[in-house]
Amino acid sequence: MDSELTRAWLLNAALLIEREKDRLTQLDLAIGDGDHGVNMQRGFSAVAAGLAEPPPAGTTAGQLLVTAGTTLVSTVGGASGPLFGGAFRALGKTLDTAAEPDDTRLLADGLNAARDSIQRMGAAQPGDKTMYDVYGPAAEAFGHALCDGAGPRAAARAAAEAADEGVRATEPMQARRGRASYLGLRSVGHQDPGAASAALIFQALATAMEAQ
Amino acid sequence: MKKLINSAESLTADALAGMAAAHPDLRIDPRTHVISRADAPVPGKVGVVSGGGAGHEPLHGGYVGRGMLDAAVVGEVFTSPTPDRILAALRAADSGRGVLQIVKNYTGDTLNFAMAAELAEDLGIAVRTVVVDDDAATGTPDGTPGRSAGRRGTGATVFVERVCGALAEQGADLTAVADAGARVNAATRSIAIALTACTVPAVGRAGFELPDDRIEFGVGIHGEPGLRTEPLRPASEIVQDALAVLLDQLPPGDDDRTIVMVNGLGATPLLELYVVLNEASAVLRKAGLTVAHTLVGNYVTALDMAGVSLTVCRADERTLGLWNTPVNTPALRWGC
Repeated sequence: MDSELTRAWLLNAALLIEREKDRLTQLDLAIGDGDHGVNMQRGFSAVAAGLAEPPPAGTTAGQLLVTAGTTLVSTVGGASGPLFGGAFRALGKTLDTAAEPDDTRLLADGLNAARDSIQRMGAAQPGDKTMYDVYGPAAEAFGHALCDGAGPRAAARAAAEAADEGVRATEPMQARRGRASYLGLRSVGHQDPGAASAALIFQALATAMEAQ
Repeated sequence: MKKLINSAESLTADALAGMAAAHPDLRIDPRTHVISRADAPVPGKVGVVSGGGAGHEPLHGGYVGRGMLDAAVVGEVFTSPTPDRILAALRAADSGRGVLQIVKNYTGDTLNFAMAAELAEDLGIAVRTVVVDDDAATGTPDGTPGRSAGRRGTGATVFVERVCGALAEQGADLTAVADAGARVNAATRSIAIALTACTVPAVGRAGFELPDDRIEFGVGIHGEPGLRTEPLRPASEIVQDALAVLLDQLPPGDDDRTIVMVNGLGATPLLELYVVLNEASAVLRKAGLTVAHTLVGNYVTALDMAGVSLTVCRADERTLGLWNTPVNTPALRWGC
């Protein structure tokens, strides 16, 4: 994971979120307050603005991810800012500090750290109908693919597919975390907007890997 | 969507600039969206801070002033402010005796305020937090939070801000101010009914559809749907049902005195709010409660939602004493 690939990933994510903004808002209108798409778009366009120029030589992937995470924390607002921002920061810190020599293995550790950050901050469990229902299966799929001998591209694609499956799986769930939880049974039958955004981030990673 | 705005993007900034023009005695930072008392930090006084998304005016900026908040921080519409901005509010309020932050119980607010408190502690500012969670619609009949996200924070925020602000003004220390806030929160419950949904400007259309002859029971203050829709009925019946849910969850107390708030959600005529208070008083009397003080008006709104929230606070001698001390803010003012 070098800084060039990281930049491509984050710019891809910003593009995808811009393109899907209305759908995210639509999902949030059904079970939240309808501002998820707008908030995510504001945050990721700030991340993209910071990456308009290639980073100075010597910038690590981890530094870019920590900066992106900090930008999200201070621009998205709501719960999504700390949760998505915290996940990117955890990933970036793992990439920069861990002693794992295998680059792809290190990324797997980083994705696990991102997942754990979401779990810890949001106190979410699997099946609570949150972004954790995407980060959990996606990080797991990435790790499993590596164990099965896949390269980084195939592993990222497997993570993106697991992420999409994770979003679909939130539809029949009853929300137990976040604003949607106030709806009780009325939250059933709708995909979780935070999970949908999370899947776009994994989608963007797979696309960036494949374009390399 | 019909709104008196220039653009959804500039809405909060434009409104804060107007607020600055209306209240020269407040300091409003256009960069951080922090509204503070001009004399903050007040030497020797514990700071009291609150904040949250815009769209609930006069909450929170309207409660900045002597006897209430030292600073408030405003986010985007219905979106928690970010930790760096909350930190700016904590710094503005800290005189060295620490700061109490009053946070409504929503995942976004609690996460961002917790991060801000950590940042403040790094700077040597002592921070305590009171999380307000009074909405009976999100509790279970026995009064415990019904779902894992817990009860929402709504009308009780005004009560907690008033009592904590009053106590801090008297020179109490941080622990005492925080304890008073927790005590008032625990003794207060709310319930809300919507007649129409509200429209978030950045979204451009109403949050949910409600036919002319239906109401939404148990809504929060963010335009999200409530517990259920019901047929529209006379105010007496609606208030009776609403207070039944509320009183069921109001913790018992030794004192039968209460402070009652009948709060418009943004687009409800005062005339109708008085009708609601009249019905509520009768129901409370029948339940053996005395109404010692009332607030009737728009105190915690949800943009242009039509509807009402009812808040009942069991008030003992201490709470009533603090409630009656002078307060001088844009939205709450007496005794001075």
